[in-house]
Amino acid sequence: MSPFWIAVIGTSLIAFALKYSGHSIPPQWLEHPKIARINALIPIALLSALVAVQTFTTKTTVMIDHRLAGVSVAVIALLLKAPFPVVVLSAAITSAAIYNWI
Amino acid sequence: MSRVEAITVRDSLSLSLTVGAYGIAFGAASVANGFSVLQSCLLSLLTFSGASQFAVIGVLGAGGSAISGIATASLLGIRNGLYGLIMAPHLKVKGFKRVIAAQITIDESTAIALGAQKRSEDAMRHGFWLTGFGVFVFWNLFTLAGAVGAQAMGDTRAWGLDSAVPAAFLGLVWPRLENNRYRALAITSVVFALAMTPILPAGLPIIATAFIAIAVGLRR
Repeated sequence: MSPFWIAVIGTSLIAFALKYSGHSIPPQWLEHPKIARINALIPIALLSALVAVQTFTTKTTVMIDHRLAGVSVAVIALLLKAPFPVVVLSAAITSAAIYNWI
Repeated sequence: MSRVEAITVRDSLSLSLTVGAYGIAFGAASVANGFSVLQSCLLSLLTFSGASQFAVIGVLGAGGSAISGIATASLLGIRNGLYGLIMAPHLKVKGFKRVIAAQITIDESTAIALGAQKRSEDAMRHGFWLTGFGVFVFWNLFTLAGAVGAQAMGDTRAWGLDSAVPAAFLGLVWPRLENNRYRALAITSVVFALAMTPILPAGLPIIATAFIAIAVGLRR
């Protein structure tokens, strides 16, 4: 089986198991404040790392290319409080323009 | 079920449509990262959790292994479990209904439910079901549209999709950076992931940042 299929099936199974277990286990199990804190921190770490890796790397090489321009425009859009679709679209348009014409 | 208030319907549907539309970005990014249209649609139907879906395609697109992709996506999916914990005492469902409730337990359905809780228990439940189903329908339709669209594009870099993916991650993390502690963690994770990229196999630098988050959370 290709890694893509394994990823699709594995991610889906675990995603559902996590959702379902929340509906099924006694709530006091996870009431500890440390668990709540870690739960808020993990998405921040992972999503930030994903931004970095998707912007600055190709395989195992760190590099700067047209993607940095796109993501920089996304930062500006977010600073201007633009809605999500505008953020993504402005990044794509900037990046495409640089990729095609420079 | 008692009468559904107009305000609950309005809030749920407007959020469902807006969030569902991001499915275009997911479908397109998924195909750009090497997933087929079918695989992209299955991720939206079965995983049905935006951040996890973007993570798994992000990791495999960057050359990471299936295990790295699954691990990263699953760490992001833990919060859905916590939402289930919050919602279960209000929904009080069993059997097949609980399976359905679990599948639509995501950021948006929980957020709308918690927002509607001030009005009444009924409003809370209605908000959860309406938003969950609403996002599910729109997210899946738009995923298909995005995936088919990207397949028709050919070289997705020429359309800027390789920047749309990190921009989407940035848009997901941005609203969470509400204090200096969170911002410091974000910057540390960026620096760490890039520093580890030439050393670790693709995908691992991303998962490794979860341990930074755990260390920070345990300290205070």
